[in-house]
Amino acid sequence: MAKVTVDGIEIEIANGSSVLQACEMAGKEIPRFCYHERLSIAGNCRMCLVEIEKMPKPVASCGQPVGDGMVIKTDTETVRKARRGVMEFLLVNHPLDCPICDQGGECDLQDEAVGYGRGYSRYEENKRSVGQADWGPLVKTTMTRCIHCTRCVRFSTEVAGVPELGATARGESMRVGTYVEKALSSELSGNIIDLCPVGALTSKPYAYTARPWELKKTDSVDVFDAVGANIRVDARGAEVLRILPRVNDAVNEEWLGDKSRFAVDGLKRRRLDRPWIRENGKLRAASWEEAFAVIANRIKAVPGEKIGAIIGDQCDAESMLALKDMMSALGSPNIDCRQDGAALDASRREFYLFNTTIAGIEEADALLIIGSNPRREAPVLNARIRKRWLTGGLAVGLIGELADLTYEFDYIGSGPESLKALGGFADKLQAAKKPMIILGQGALQRDDGAAVLAAAWALAAKYNMLNAEWHGFNVLHTAAARVGALDLGLVPGVGGKKISAMLGGGVDVLWLLAADEFDTSKIGRETFVIYQGHHGDAGAARADVILPGAAYTEKPGTYVNTEGRAQFGFMAVSPPGDAREDWRILRAISAYIGHALPYDDVSALRARLIQANPIFGEIGEVRRLAGLNHEAPVGDAAGIGSVPFSNAVHNYYQTDPISRASPTMAACVAAHYGTQAEAAE
Amino acid sequence: MLNDKDRIYQNLYGLQDWKLAAAKSRGDWDGITELLARGRDAIIEEVKTSGMRGRGGAGFPTGMKWSFMPKQSDGRPSYLVVNADESEPGTCKDRDIIRNEPHKLIEGCLIAGFAMGANTGYIYIRGEYYNEAVRLNAAIAEAYEAGLLGKNAAGSGFDFDLYVHRGAGAYICGEESALLESLEGKKGMPRMKPPFPAAMGVYGCPTTVNNVETIAGVPTILRRGAPWFAALGRPKNSGTKIFCISGHVNNPCNVEEELGIPLKDLIEKHAGGVRGGWDNLQAVIPGGASMPILNKEMCDTILMDFDSLKDVRSGLGSGAVIVMDKSADVIKAIWRLSKFFKHESCGQCTPCREGTGWMMRMMARIVDGQAQLSDIDLLETVTRQVEGHTICAFGDAAAWPIQGLLRAFRPLVEQRVIEAQQRNALAQAAE
Repeated sequence: MAKVTVDGIEIEIANGSSVLQACEMAGKEIPRFCYHERLSIAGNCRMCLVEIEKMPKPVASCGQPVGDGMVIKTDTETVRKARRGVMEFLLVNHPLDCPICDQGGECDLQDEAVGYGRGYSRYEENKRSVGQADWGPLVKTTMTRCIHCTRCVRFSTEVAGVPELGATARGESMRVGTYVEKALSSELSGNIIDLCPVGALTSKPYAYTARPWELKKTDSVDVFDAVGANIRVDARGAEVLRILPRVNDAVNEEWLGDKSRFAVDGLKRRRLDRPWIRENGKLRAASWEEAFAVIANRIKAVPGEKIGAIIGDQCDAESMLALKDMMSALGSPNIDCRQDGAALDASRREFYLFNTTIAGIEEADALLIIGSNPRREAPVLNARIRKRWLTGGLAVGLIGELADLTYEFDYIGSGPESLKALGGFADKLQAAKKPMIILGQGALQRDDGAAVLAAAWALAAKYNMLNAEWHGFNVLHTAAARVGALDLGLVPGVGGKKISAMLGGGVDVLWLLAADEFDTSKIGRETFVIYQGHHGDAGAARADVILPGAAYTEKPGTYVNTEGRAQFGFMAVSPPGDAREDWRILRAISAYIGHALPYDDVSALRARLIQANPIFGEIGEVRRLAGLNHEAPVGDAAGIGSVPFSNAVHNYYQTDPISRASPTMAACVAAHYGTQAEAAE
Repeated sequence: MLNDKDRIYQNLYGLQDWKLAAAKSRGDWDGITELLARGRDAIIEEVKTSGMRGRGGAGFPTGMKWSFMPKQSDGRPSYLVVNADESEPGTCKDRDIIRNEPHKLIEGCLIAGFAMGANTGYIYIRGEYYNEAVRLNAAIAEAYEAGLLGKNAAGSGFDFDLYVHRGAGAYICGEESALLESLEGKKGMPRMKPPFPAAMGVYGCPTTVNNVETIAGVPTILRRGAPWFAALGRPKNSGTKIFCISGHVNNPCNVEEELGIPLKDLIEKHAGGVRGGWDNLQAVIPGGASMPILNKEMCDTILMDFDSLKDVRSGLGSGAVIVMDKSADVIKAIWRLSKFFKHESCGQCTPCREGTGWMMRMMARIVDGQAQLSDIDLLETVTRQVEGHTICAFGDAAAWPIQGLLRAFRPLVEQRVIEAQQRNALAQAAE
């Protein structure tokens, strides 16, 4: 520990900390543009200058390590003069176009200029102007505004691991850019918009849409992958305009994947805003009363075991529990949340959780990835793996599709037989103290999925991943609703049918709770399909009755991420038109068909959630399990086949009804997988 | 005046052969094995007592710099890096050393590498010095051939490898940390300090960066003894130095002289005097483009060493003496330097990136007669805002020539502005 004095305040701070951190600890605000806690230190903006006794010149506090007995002054005339000078330099070539700049109101340069800027300009020469560059459909550039802090360069190089940004030329002519003009290819590229302290990088889809002070900000949870990134939903009136990440060091730090950030315009398109009924093969708009009557008529004539329910990927725990309760009341054991057919074993929590936890990745020293591309399935989690890998000492092995994961790995093989022979990687696992496995959904959505699950568990047991201090067995989900559903037991009950058995006429009435990610053409011709959801996608196209539900921004809801962390998202806007919160729809129809659910308000429903599984009472927390129980999941490890693994997510930008409805995501697909997407059509 | 017997560089002008045999006949590599046998600490101590200060510009005591290197390795190797990126306008001393006395440099590298426990040395040579790089490589090959480099170099039991790396022609790569970045294959941008190179230099390992002239002088110092070197020059400014005299003199030249020689003597005795006589002198830039300019009054009495020049708020820099007689337009000359610095700023940190362009444009307006008197003060303020606020010393280097001009020639600058204003007013009235 070092004892330093900041403006007369004595503090103690760990050795190796920077002077800037010491100043913050003492409650002094230091202006900065280039410094960012999660990026390397560049020291190039020179705004954080402070005075340190016995040093002849002002010192950039971000890069100066503290020394014992240092006397730091943050508010002297020298410091103010230095900062005013730097501010003047930053402004000489920065356009004064704040009125037409999207960063206005949340611009670091604007804010600091209030404190350190002049009221007039002494610069009479011509200003520099920089040509426009097209960085793809997500990031809008106005490089004339760039102050060369290089945060975006450092982010893409360090965090995203896609070193496609850099500075070319030097001096005044220095330009930040992509060298050769191209669309940014990182799945985390949107974060550079947040990082940019000025209006050089802004959101392209959000351009000229709103000013920050007009927006209502609501805390929520992301549902586009299973990481459960913490987000803030910015809305004006009934319209969600943008999504920004919130800081949560245990989950997403302060990053957010591009789909989670930009698919938001899909919330305004192809929405189901009123009930629909199929009559003579055609859907017609209807009232709630009519829709309920049709459903009630149909259900009354069908025995419980001929009714089934399939749960979608983005559902909140509240509506899932309400549906389960209703199905139980109807006497149906046919309920399945694994619409992709993944062979997940719900019998013990650790069989389907990311047990190491996301933050726990930083402790691991060996990682075996099976049938997954975390970069596309969970970009924020992948950034955490890269963060760990960058510090050195993490051996990574991959079984499955070969891909650029942004870190180096040993490629072991493409199919399940590689699980039996790890080759040289076996030694690395053997030598590791905290080895971990990540099992992707691509390895489970197959006929031998249960065998692969068992084989992966066996590997975990063999290589000491399961012990009192460490649990290295991890399932990486791709669906935000999946873990919550498994926690609530939304798998077939005794004698119940799983999804494959419900299709092809296995049930007479099929309730789809926002389930669109399976081949709806396999539903039996005679099956009566009720689709409850928010988008006119695959499920709604097949439905006989459509009940308009709410998207994740339009209802308060609980989501459990892949680690098993229950998180709560608030309601940002109201559902459109006649659409309603999903649990309310279920509550209403249950009363209509004579099986009224035993909760009338959301607090009663929450109490029921906690009763169903206590983890719903631990919002934001995760129970980190120890790997003490070595009993394997059902499935015969010997039964693994030889078909190579295929990843669960190939098209990162379109994985669900919302992103498929989003023009921005369509533009991303065109920009990144252009030829492939056309070929597929 | 320096006696011939006290010259370190006997073949500075290339009158003799540069090859190993000729170099040996001049005394290079003589008794190198015994010299190294004195041991690391003894060598560093000798360099310390000689009072040798870095010849690259900053004048940091060399022995002290070497002593910062770790005595015991923590597992990382140490490196010696020689800065041969001689880019300071007006400077051409390292070029002649490499051309004509390459073995002095190579021998110095071995000794320095041995003294700081560095088994590898890199010579980062300016990209434009193509012929020099060829010759240096040839000389290194000769040294390897003769067993003076490589495994068990010169029979000392110490392994030393020496590599030449050519730069790509950026002024900033002469700044030691930018040089290290460039050596690593990155864009040449200075690093933040701390950590200093002795703790984290090239490839994150302890590194010492020395100028060519510093390293090339070491073998002679060790052979003739620290007291010999310390006796030359003035206290704290000991030894000899190569001065590069250019500009309006009758005989521009490189010359090795004692530190502390009066500037007037230097020019008159070695460079054939100022064109048109001493009284025709207008100004001298005493230490390469980045050092503040001196007017004739200062030149009359100034001694050429680190501390004397510092006292008149200029500096010895690289020892490049640029002489301007009365025919020169000093304002335009300084504008040209501003243009150079604007062109060569790496663009990393704000004050330098934005300030160099601003300063250049204001200088251009003064030259073009488009300036106001108030611009002079503004220019001065801007140089102060750049100076001392940047990552490296480039900001200072860009600010000092202008500050020097305004200090030494302010009346001239004001007169130029006023005359231009009057001319402009007349032209307007005539329309």
